Amino acid sequence: MELLSGAEMVVRALKDEGVEYIYGYPGGSVLHLYDALFQQEDVQHVLVRHEQAATHMADAYARATGKAGVALVTSGPGATNAITGIATAYTDSIPMVVITGQVMSHLIGEDAFQETDMLGISRPVVKHNFSVQRAEDIPTIIRKAFHIAQTGRPGPVVVDIPKDMTTPTDRFPYEYPKNVKMRSYNPINRGHAGQIKKAMDLFLSAKRPVILAGGGVVIGQASEELRELINLTNVPTTNTLMALGALAGRDRHNLGMLGMHGSYEANMAMHHADVILNIGARFDDRVTNGTDKFCPTAKIIHVDIDPASISKTIRADIPIVGPAKIVLDEMLSIVKASTKQLDAESLKSWWEQIEEWRGRHGGRYRTDDSELMKPQQVIEMLDTITNGDAYVCSDVGQHQMYAAQYYKFNHPNRWINSGGLGTMGFGLPAAMGVKMNFPDADVACVTGEGSIQMNIQELSTCSQYDIPVKIICLNNQSLGMVRQWQDMNYESRHSQSYMKSLPDFVKLAESYGHVGMKVDKYADLEGAMREAFAMKDRLVFMDIAVDPFEHVYPMQVPRGSMRDMWLSKTERT
Amino acid sequence: MRHIISVLLENEPGALSRVVGLFSQRNFNIESLTVAPTDDETLSRLTVTTIGDDRVVEQITKQLNKLIDVVKVVDLTEGEHIERELMMIKLKANNGTVRAEIKRTADIFRGQIIDATQNTFTVQMVGSSSKLDAFIEALSGASILEVVRSGVSGIARGEKVLSL
Repeated sequence: MELLSGAEMVVRALKDEGVEYIYGYPGGSVLHLYDALFQQEDVQHVLVRHEQAATHMADAYARATGKAGVALVTSGPGATNAITGIATAYTDSIPMVVITGQVMSHLIGEDAFQETDMLGISRPVVKHNFSVQRAEDIPTIIRKAFHIAQTGRPGPVVVDIPKDMTTPTDRFPYEYPKNVKMRSYNPINRGHAGQIKKAMDLFLSAKRPVILAGGGVVIGQASEELRELINLTNVPTTNTLMALGALAGRDRHNLGMLGMHGSYEANMAMHHADVILNIGARFDDRVTNGTDKFCPTAKIIHVDIDPASISKTIRADIPIVGPAKIVLDEMLSIVKASTKQLDAESLKSWWEQIEEWRGRHGGRYRTDDSELMKPQQVIEMLDTITNGDAYVCSDVGQHQMYAAQYYKFNHPNRWINSGGLGTMGFGLPAAMGVKMNFPDADVACVTGEGSIQMNIQELSTCSQYDIPVKIICLNNQSLGMVRQWQDMNYESRHSQSYMKSLPDFVKLAESYGHVGMKVDKYADLEGAMREAFAMKDRLVFMDIAVDPFEHVYPMQVPRGSMRDMWLSKTERT
Repeated sequence: MRHIISVLLENEPGALSRVVGLFSQRNFNIESLTVAPTDDETLSRLTVTTIGDDRVVEQITKQLNKLIDVVKVVDLTEGEHIERELMMIKLKANNGTVRAEIKRTADIFRGQIIDATQNTFTVQMVGSSSKLDAFIEALSGASILEVVRSGVSGIARGEKVLSL
């Protein structure tokens, strides 16, 4: 058997996992690892400018492909800088393996230089973490890390490696385990057949059914099955922020996103539904609004791979624990074989009601009262120019909600955003992670002048590796979502939400060797955006001035029911 | 309602901190916690008593089950079970009357005096938590110097076992 050092085993194990790119930043504790990386060509390392970006790049790769992304950082500040990215992945159930350096074993606990207790710090935001205590365990630990990250409800796994575990002169026989068995970890691989049968009985007897698709459909690669079920049953469907693209944005069954900034028709349909089939959504607070008033007439079928997500906030009438894809498959065969069908008359009048809601308020914003470009117009233009096929990597704030509302995704896995944690600074590194792995695809980073500055240094990484993403910066010169809440709840006292002294983004982009564009008028938008996307091999930073007074609507009234919404600054349901 | 939850845990470094961390992270209450290795040295057995409504206790058992180091979880209070807690209590016993009174009370509760000095008694008692509470209550006349309790250990009655 081949003898390898701990450092070489780490790199070889990554290769054996089929990892092409890892994202990271070197430092004292990981120098042996970086030396091992230098001496091979299978695993390519991407040097970021801040460790947070490394984790977001790995995370976005995972969101786009379903496979675990890998980040490598040093101990101490390298590890703590990675925490935000790890927490981002954890909250959205994204598979990721983060390798962190650690000070030498004999120094642990002695407050050594660049020592932090990474196991302790990361514990609440990882699916699991490992500390390497014996170098010969490295192959098994890395196999376990990938196994845990990618199966069941996915999530990030940290592997903390003390420097002396990677010493070049200590060599061990290397064999990469194909499989690992863990007696304490056996993810559920199918749903309970009886429960699924019961669920379909209820579903097919509904008069006002709604399907609610969550991130589990996208992460669980179950969009095809979902679409088939929808087409087969003609049931109106809404999705969470995490499931955009699970059903095509332009499909007539699609009511759009639900929840705090969900569409009028989606929220109304949820409120009036008699049966809700929730597949892979965890009923979080941005979806349910006031849980005591949530969907008063609905029976709830809840499919989730994580039993702890079921009946956590909303009690399920029929819980089903299992992977979305397998459960949907079984549901499909039941529906196909069943003599029972949804009552056509009821479904028809349900659809008429929904179309009436859709016609009344659906997808509306005003363009007539202002000279200024509306942010929604920019997203609609992006949708038009990229035909709903782009990877849209979003930052966090108003622009994120506009993108979610107005970009009509044809495909799943192309909406890349920090939904659960709401991490500003996610967008640019995420776009980079996607673009490196899908060089021929259109990849847009939809951001604002606030978010983009949280990881703006990555423009440098883009120069180094020629990553030609398109940055669509909706510049409203303020922290828009914060200001919206201040407008609505604090009598417009704009405490710290105004971004003074913004840089000249065009010059900034140019200083990194990229293309910068400034767009002030709607009339110039289409030409400029087409030009930007035509520059296939250049990063283009589009600084687009938009109406700073615009608010995101609909917006649910706090602690109300699903149907309690503000529809504009002056209208309420 | 009070629940006694038993957990079989991989005997790995950091495993206990995952359990304790889970409780504070999710705002679950811990009344008592005991942990020690079992006859199988790769496994620890942990008993936690907690107070919560059905929804909270359901979440506690589900979230515990999700921890990778957790092998099995059972809520003992769902079935017939036995619970025991060990207490050692040091009391001021500096005159004959007090000493006799403590001795009498300890006998009633089937406690043993396991250490004595001229001025103190140390009583050991095993029983359910409420029995230990009752003993402390019954000693209200005496002056308590120190109390140490082990936390609850529990086991199911009958043939039910919690093992691999």
